[in-house]
Amino acid sequence: MRKDKGNQDRKQDKGNQIPNYVNTQKTILTMMEKTYKKRDYINKSVTIISIVCVIFAIIPLASILFEVVKNGISAISLEFLTERPGAIGSGKGGIGPAIQGTLIVVGLGSLMAIPVGVLTGVYLSEYASGNNKFAFGVRFFNDVLTGLPSIIVGIVGYIAIVLVIGSFSVIAGAFSLSLIMIPLVTRITEETLKVVPNSIREAAHALGIPKWRISLFIVLKTALSGVLTGIVLSIARIAGETAPLIMTILGTSLFFTSFTGPVDALPLRIWRLASQPYESAHAQGWGAALILILIVLGLNIGLRLLSRKNIASKH
Amino acid sequence: MKINNLNVGFNKKEVLKKINLDITAKKVTAFIGPSGCGKTTLIRCLNRMHEMTQGAYVKGDIFLDNTNIYDQKVNPITVKRRIGMVFQKPNPFPTMSIFDNVASGLKLNGVKDKALIQRIVKESLEGAALWEEVKNELNQPGISLSGGQQQRLCIARSLAMHPEVLLMDEPTSALDPIASAKIEDLIHELKKYLTIVIVTHNMQQAARVSDYTAFMYLGELIEFGKTKEIFENPKKELTERYLSGKFG
Repeated sequence: MRKDKGNQDRKQDKGNQIPNYVNTQKTILTMMEKTYKKRDYINKSVTIISIVCVIFAIIPLASILFEVVKNGISAISLEFLTERPGAIGSGKGGIGPAIQGTLIVVGLGSLMAIPVGVLTGVYLSEYASGNNKFAFGVRFFNDVLTGLPSIIVGIVGYIAIVLVIGSFSVIAGAFSLSLIMIPLVTRITEETLKVVPNSIREAAHALGIPKWRISLFIVLKTALSGVLTGIVLSIARIAGETAPLIMTILGTSLFFTSFTGPVDALPLRIWRLASQPYESAHAQGWGAALILILIVLGLNIGLRLLSRKNIASKH
Repeated sequence: MKINNLNVGFNKKEVLKKINLDITAKKVTAFIGPSGCGKTTLIRCLNRMHEMTQGAYVKGDIFLDNTNIYDQKVNPITVKRRIGMVFQKPNPFPTMSIFDNVASGLKLNGVKDKALIQRIVKESLEGAALWEEVKNELNQPGISLSGGQQQRLCIARSLAMHPEVLLMDEPTSALDPIASAKIEDLIHELKKYLTIVIVTHNMQQAARVSDYTAFMYLGELIEFGKTKEIFENPKKELTERYLSGKFG
């Protein structure tokens, strides 16, 4: 029945007709065919250019890794990993305090920076509406902070904490590193949350879930793998920082004693070993560099596996 | 189009089993069946869209005018140029104006003749019964239109390429009845120019718009024939039970 009605409607309405469909089809086909060869050529060139770029990006990375492993692997032993540094120039002892110190300072710094950074990112993405001036200011200074030279961050840590408590300390180091990390985590969290489709927020709102729970348990959870990647990248960044640590934890050849006392850290130890005039110290420096790379790599892989497991267990 | 012994799956799971089907030119063929029966997968095989999904495989042949579109020598891009597709949800390019949305296929395929593009955009929008509604706002963004208009915009975008076959994957499932009726009328009109394959959950819609109907169940083609015969006189019991609403 409807079909018949449709037929009548269509007889009256001559709007939707396409004149010369077949002719136009032929015209544009010939036009496009002319470009096929060129397109094929461009297609292949772009593929080749991308591959060349990939190779250029990988060469420095691979050669650094190769060099570090080649020079560093021979230095590594149980003693090297656990002992205190020996007498200068003896080639004895290890980097135990540096490994311990890096884990403590970076861990504490991350603990300070991740909640602040993630929540600031959540605020900017979820709570600050379009032309909120405060949010604009936060975003602007956050970006400025990202570009701050790390030695200046070190000076801030020195003035704000070292001078106040009167000693180079773990806390001052962690504080400085967190200053470097917060803007990175904030920016990445904000950008990742913005990509979460609005329909998901609306679906949650329609269930009557309070806004803060939507932000944390639905939006943030959806974007979790992106946020985690950002966190891992920023941890890797602070694990390799040297300048702020010189101003804050100073470096020592002793193991950790208290949060208000100095500790050692891998980048500092590498710098120290590299500036000694002995072959044996240089070898130890390479070894320490290899350990630092392995720690960052292990962290990266570990967090990735963790987030994948998290996502998998949801299904 | 002719489908020969098509087996399709994702990873190790087989989704379509031994499909053989002839699609008549310049007619409307509908694929019906309960959710998960493989109709969408089948339609996505017809323009080699399925193989772009990770882990998907396709075995068998599909012929369009004696060319096997799954032949090694055939460029998948050419296949998609000849076989257009309209998706379930309207998906206009968000950063483009209405005009640019329709012109995008031509422009990005190297057609430079501006007058020709202008003419084709107008004809395609007319063909999709959208011209009257948008002719004064061609520079507005495509996503500013309503859902039904967006879907017709997507149809116009496909028509601009002047395809030989148009695949429509549940094109009206996101639309209201009036917008759906407009699209159905459009299908009647368009089959003058091209072959149409439509996937639909709506059996009445299949009955209204199609000339041929294929009923699928659990990855197999159960029955295929003229729509009238399938609906009035199905040969298989399964088809009859599905059409009378006993399952599915």
